[in-house]
Amino acid sequence: MTRDSRRRLLSRTVVGLCGLSVVVALIPLALIFFYVVKQGFSSLNWDFFTKLPKPVGEVGGGMANAIAGTLILIGIAAAVAIPVGLIAGIYLSEYPKSHLASAVRFTADALNGVPSIVIGIFAYGLAVMPVHRFSALAGGIALAFMMIPIIARTAEELLNLVPPSLREGALALGSTRSRAAFSVMVPAALPGIMTGILVALARISGETAPLLFTSFNNRFFSLRLDQPISSLTVQVYTYAISPYDDWHRQAWAGALVLVTLIFIFSALARIVTRRLERMHRA
Amino acid sequence: MSENTTMEIESRTPAIPTANPAAAATPAPNVFPAGTKIRMETRGLNFFYGANQALHEVSLQVPEKSVTAFIGPSGCGKSTYLRCLNRMNDIIPDTRVEGEVLLDGQDVYGSGTDVVALRRRVGMVFQKSNPFPKSIFENVAYGLKINSLCRRSEMHERVEKALRGSAIWDEVKDRLNSSALGLSGGQQQRLCIARALAIEPEVVLMDEPASALDPIATQKIEELIYDLKRQYTIVIVTHNMQQAARVSEYTAFFMLGRLVEHDRTEKIFTNPGQKITEDYITGRFG
Repeated sequence: MTRDSRRRLLSRTVVGLCGLSVVVALIPLALIFFYVVKQGFSSLNWDFFTKLPKPVGEVGGGMANAIAGTLILIGIAAAVAIPVGLIAGIYLSEYPKSHLASAVRFTADALNGVPSIVIGIFAYGLAVMPVHRFSALAGGIALAFMMIPIIARTAEELLNLVPPSLREGALALGSTRSRAAFSVMVPAALPGIMTGILVALARISGETAPLLFTSFNNRFFSLRLDQPISSLTVQVYTYAISPYDDWHRQAWAGALVLVTLIFIFSALARIVTRRLERMHRA
Repeated sequence: MSENTTMEIESRTPAIPTANPAAAATPAPNVFPAGTKIRMETRGLNFFYGANQALHEVSLQVPEKSVTAFIGPSGCGKSTYLRCLNRMNDIIPDTRVEGEVLLDGQDVYGSGTDVVALRRRVGMVFQKSNPFPKSIFENVAYGLKINSLCRRSEMHERVEKALRGSAIWDEVKDRLNSSALGLSGGQQQRLCIARALAIEPEVVLMDEPASALDPIATQKIEELIYDLKRQYTIVIVTHNMQQAARVSEYTAFFMLGRLVEHDRTEKIFTNPGQKITEDYITGRFG
């Protein structure tokens, strides 16, 4: 075998391995998606989106309360985590070498690695124990704790990619440091930051563990933040471990809605990024 | 050959401060014509990056409504000096300043100085054009907005005036709302000049404003500088000695963090007082 053909063979092998890895990585995703669609689609009907769960034994009903609950929980988490995470990210990128920044960076990374059930326990101690009541607020706070480190670190990294010359330009025009950050640096990094936020939203919308003993569950339609609230994930969990076939079917439908929701967030992330980027270029 | 030159310089440079300290400390009395108003001045300015001293006892005067050019080899401290004049070095960690920087007789490093107000009076144009990723209009309006310098209704007028003043109005008037990043390099730099002029500073500092531009764009910038000095006090750092000769009235030659010579441009380029200035200008090194 000549050196040339050996080299070509090696190249083909490596390319082949790359392709194979991609397929292996995609198979679980494709399987999950198709199985969820196959199982869930047949149980999906108008009632599922508009009706409340029926009592045990009665067939039918839906998850209107859980869908609304999930949206509320995500809303609370976003309202808390986006400002906190963004401002923390700005701090990390503006004062990267300060002691506080190293501490925040370390803490954020550690928090990111904390199992979500532990975050749930923490939120339980923080927002459930003192008032002796599960609440939508407690669930939203638990989810916010999961979002903050993701947003902070993403914002930091993306702000670091903005040329420092833009900051200097703003300062030279009589801008204060914070004004420069908010009016020039953040807008310049916005496409990426938006992606980070949407990825974080997609990540938390699928969480069950932090909600089990914070927002708990609610069989009724509730929009009150100080009351237990239903969520798709907890509802799917409850139905999936039940012994009833009809509930199993509903759990599949709930899983399908959840997967679709996450898919929408991811798609939105791509669209928003592309739009904003186009605006920034010529 | 180049090695030879380097050695020659190194062996000679330590002699600078002692060779003629008077020349470095105070310019000859006849440098500025009688009655010239001094806009900015430094007295015994030292600057340190950590333990490295980048500027040594620089004392220099910048007369108003004129162009002062700083020349010197790379790393001689001319940009560092320029950035002391509007305190842009403040944002670099581990730096230290000694001595005085005066704007109309007021120490800009004094405890009562508002840095933001200082930078409003002493504007800056950077070596690499740095338009914000916003529209052309927004770029010029930025300084006006953050400093609340004019009413909303006057905004358009002020932006147009700044763009006209920077000789770029005709090229951008039909696309004020398109992204500034779509402009050519030379246009971007003139936009940055317009952005600096919009807030009507008294002094404009330019850090090698044409070094990244082609000859035609450079010519436009130079013509612009020539026009601007009627209204503004301009300090320009340049690597291009012809440029210094073309645009400036006064030239300061820096070397290894020291001000070697400061005089009328004509004198510096025809009959410099220091041997080393002559060597640099005639291209013996640098």
